[in-house]
Amino acid sequence: MKLIYEKSVEGRKGVKIPGRDVKHYPTLADNLLRKFPAGLPEVSELDTVRHFSKLSKENYSVDSNFYPLGSCTMKYNPKVLEDAAALGGFRNLHPFLCYSPSGKRSISGALELLYNLEKALTAVTGMDEVSFQPMAGAHGEFAGMKIAAAFHASRGEKRKIVIVPDTSHGTNPASSAMSGFDVVTVASDKNGEMDMVEYKKNLNGSVAAVMMTCPNTLGIFNRNIREVCELAHKAGALAYCDGANMNAIMGKMRPGDAGFDIMHLNMHKTFATPHGGGGPGAGPVCVKKNLADFLPGPAIIKGADGGFSIIKRPRSIGRLAPFFGNFGVLVKAYAYILLMGGDGLSDASEKAVLNANYIKAALEKFYELPYKRRCMHECVFSASKQMEKGVRALDIAKFLIDRGFHPPTIYFPLIVKEALMIEPTETESLYTIDEFIEAMKDAAQEAAEDPELFKRHPLSSCIGRLDETSAARKLNIKYPEK
Amino acid sequence: MSYCPHTDKEIEKMLRVIGADSVDELFSDIAPALRSGELKLEKGKSEFEVMGALEKLSSNCRPAGISFMGGGFYDHFIPSAVNALSQLPEFLTAYTPYQSECSQGTLQIIYEYQTAVCRLTGLDGANASVYDGGTALAEAIMMAVRKTGRKKIVIDGGVNPLYKDIIKTYFSGAEFSLIEIASEGCCMARKKFKEALDGDTAAAVIQNPNFFGTVDDYSDVTASAHSAGAAAVGSFYPVALAILKTPAEMGFDIASGSGQSLGIPLSFGGPYLGFLAASTAYLRNLPGRITGAAFDSAGRRGFVLTLQEREQHIRRERASSNICSNQNLCALRALIYLSLVGKDGFREIAALSRDKSEYAKELIGKIPSVKIKNTAATFNEFVFETDFPAETLLGAMAESGIDAGIDLGGFYEGFEKSVLISFTEKNKKEDIDFFARTLAKFLSEKQ
Amino acid sequence: MNIYYTKDHEWVKVEGRRGIMGISAYAVKQLGDITYVELPEVGKEITKSGVVCTVESVKAASDIYAPVTAKVTEANSALESAPEKLNESPEDEGWIAKLEISSPDDVNDLMTPDKYKEFLKSLE
Repeated sequence: MKLIYEKSVEGRKGVKIPGRDVKHYPTLADNLLRKFPAGLPEVSELDTVRHFSKLSKENYSVDSNFYPLGSCTMKYNPKVLEDAAALGGFRNLHPFLCYSPSGKRSISGALELLYNLEKALTAVTGMDEVSFQPMAGAHGEFAGMKIAAAFHASRGEKRKIVIVPDTSHGTNPASSAMSGFDVVTVASDKNGEMDMVEYKKNLNGSVAAVMMTCPNTLGIFNRNIREVCELAHKAGALAYCDGANMNAIMGKMRPGDAGFDIMHLNMHKTFATPHGGGGPGAGPVCVKKNLADFLPGPAIIKGADGGFSIIKRPRSIGRLAPFFGNFGVLVKAYAYILLMGGDGLSDASEKAVLNANYIKAALEKFYELPYKRRCMHECVFSASKQMEKGVRALDIAKFLIDRGFHPPTIYFPLIVKEALMIEPTETESLYTIDEFIEAMKDAAQEAAEDPELFKRHPLSSCIGRLDETSAARKLNIKYPEK
Repeated sequence: MSYCPHTDKEIEKMLRVIGADSVDELFSDIAPALRSGELKLEKGKSEFEVMGALEKLSSNCRPAGISFMGGGFYDHFIPSAVNALSQLPEFLTAYTPYQSECSQGTLQIIYEYQTAVCRLTGLDGANASVYDGGTALAEAIMMAVRKTGRKKIVIDGGVNPLYKDIIKTYFSGAEFSLIEIASEGCCMARKKFKEALDGDTAAAVIQNPNFFGTVDDYSDVTASAHSAGAAAVGSFYPVALAILKTPAEMGFDIASGSGQSLGIPLSFGGPYLGFLAASTAYLRNLPGRITGAAFDSAGRRGFVLTLQEREQHIRRERASSNICSNQNLCALRALIYLSLVGKDGFREIAALSRDKSEYAKELIGKIPSVKIKNTAATFNEFVFETDFPAETLLGAMAESGIDAGIDLGGFYEGFEKSVLISFTEKNKKEDIDFFARTLAKFLSEKQ
Repeated sequence: MNIYYTKDHEWVKVEGRRGIMGISAYAVKQLGDITYVELPEVGKEITKSGVVCTVESVKAASDIYAPVTAKVTEANSALESAPEKLNESPEDEGWIAKLEISSPDDVNDLMTPDKYKEFLKSLE
């Protein structure tokens, strides 16, 4: 579709700017000014509305399509969450009021919301205190690793290593490296769990932390999880839980109870805030009491008079966001927790796990299952059978697009060849899931019968497969100005 | 309300296919000792009850009626179409555009947004956004560190104090050396700053307009940085870029900043938008997502995520950054906002914001015990000082229904009696007049 | 010139103290379409098994390791504007760097073309 810049016409005006009620002041000196105005679009409001409305139709989304992207928890985003975040009191609140003493009463509603949300998240996770500054999951991991570093430094210990299983999400080693650690990767065993022999071999006085995902990225619950944490503690290390897969275990198990010291949560996954095409999210970091002093940013406390105030954490790792992180996203997560309640959150995990196991059972005769055991909220298949005829996970994904489904996650986790990671979530009905299963069965059949034809998908989308190689070789990442 | 559509019959059927007797059996991998009891949360409520609870909390957010607060986050007017279009379901509930063929909407808007950022900054390429202006500045400095291989970072005192804090957290490792050059009044201590740039410097970090509202041309400083082999890294206010000299024109290699003022509500601190743009030499160092144009076999133009091999999901611990999500919906809002106000409208907004500020400067400058601290040109903000602690003054103004600005004492030594006051096109002349009268009255009564 | 291969699929052609290095046809096939080559700086000292530079393809970024300890005397700038040369001719026109080799004995534990062919078979 044409770009908004290609639809611009010189002199076309957009919305009416607020009127002028003060005089024109002399312009700044020439050397302070840009030579030419920025080449922004010149389109009417209707042009703009048509442009973006049409563009939106070129997207698959949870609202319009089944979106079983493994590891992303694409559950329904209740519309009422949008109304909650749009409430004027929240929406128009200037964050610098945090620093004005007279501002305390102007922001008490917002502080109370964050305070209540912290209590709710500790109840769900079994942790003790939360910081809302991390603005995404990866940011939460970075905070967690910095907390681990600060903890060991406070005890005068120099620990340079973080252990991750080979199934970990790329952000785990990346966040560790960013925090100054060296990463040691431990292989998974034939059950899809971290190899305990290898793990024990690598645990020593140089290890700062072990980073686990629970359940792991294969959708498998690590039965050794408590032992993993205990052994880490025995070696003087901390245990970190990547909470991306929290949707599988709410009301069933709390990471804090298994021995984890630090974890992060993804509000845009587990707590149903909309993904927005790739953000904004929120990745609060939660810790046990003994690490609370190190949390990023200030704490919110409730006084004896019921009033809320902001307290600096003297040993904090510092600031990761200007204020309290993505407050607008946190409002939505809070509203979601109120809607669901403890009973609803438990129910969500139950149905998420039920849906994933159903898909697994329905498709295990058609696709290879690398780990033949119970899965949790997501299941991982391999397109290895289809590869025998030259058909890849990528081709199956493109076929699904033609059938109106967003594809599952492909090529992750890295230890499974031609991986297909399917996470249906609890908000999908059996009707939709059965349709998806039929499409996957058709894919297996068509791939076997005519692999060359199969590889031509997608055929019905607005664009075919794009030449990514040329795009990377001849970079074109902005529309040139005339 | 749990949004799970399952009927009992359906659950039965599913369990049969799975070969399990109960849903609980599906959790058998969790050892009984590890199983938690019921969650210690209240039971779920209806939308009606939940909105009631939230409305109560929202009504307890009661700032004074008139606001002149800025400090990097501004209350510009947001056209209604920004909300309407960014709430379109296919934008709101889509994910990262990993599958190009069913994500052309998201991919094209990122490309258009990247283009807008390049046109605002004058630089060669931009990414799909990062979390906010502070983390964007930290990422920009990381780019300079990676490219130069050096570890010393020289920061101007006029950079937003909150961003400086974020930088301190990111670069807390012993191998980095952070040198802050304190401002002289409200301006950069130019000589001292240039003297600090040497063969160990990775980045010279500057903000324009700076936190005190001062506008300057830093071309000479970026030249000094380049002579020392360092990168010139800056943080910029996008609305100001409608009229101010661009980062590219001033010789900056990397530009970052907060895009909050482009159609994104204040929302008590977030979600905001961090933009990041760079010159050609630094392009491949840009962290996060980048969209590029590409063609299919029928020659149709489309868009794809490109340069992904730098990202965490491929390079893992060797990645440029750990960043995974961008602030996509906020970037969309910014793009829609810029499209709606347009090339000329955007300049008008900048002019109005500045002129309201100049008007206020003139007006309160006339009050005998008020001193305007800025000695150089400003954009939409300036600093004024009185004989009273800013805390007291701001408290008194709030009682009269005015949030008159930010107490600088908490951020800069020697500024305990100084207030940073900020203006946008939304501030009415009558409100500025009312503030000037109220301020004059307060000061004269306290004599 | 004698040609040797490493287990990480780099090759080095050696004549006395002069050498040329690159990556094998097998390596290039694994990487897929090469989109960018981050060439090493001229004058850079490389140690055997250390990282020389990075090669990027659409799906992966790979570190290229030094087959021998040497100093880089020239880098193949043609690869900057035409990374596809690396796909087309990895063991000839797609060379990556010319070297001044510090210790010629470094090639003693590398594989001859025949041994490398056998090694590739064992990977299947």
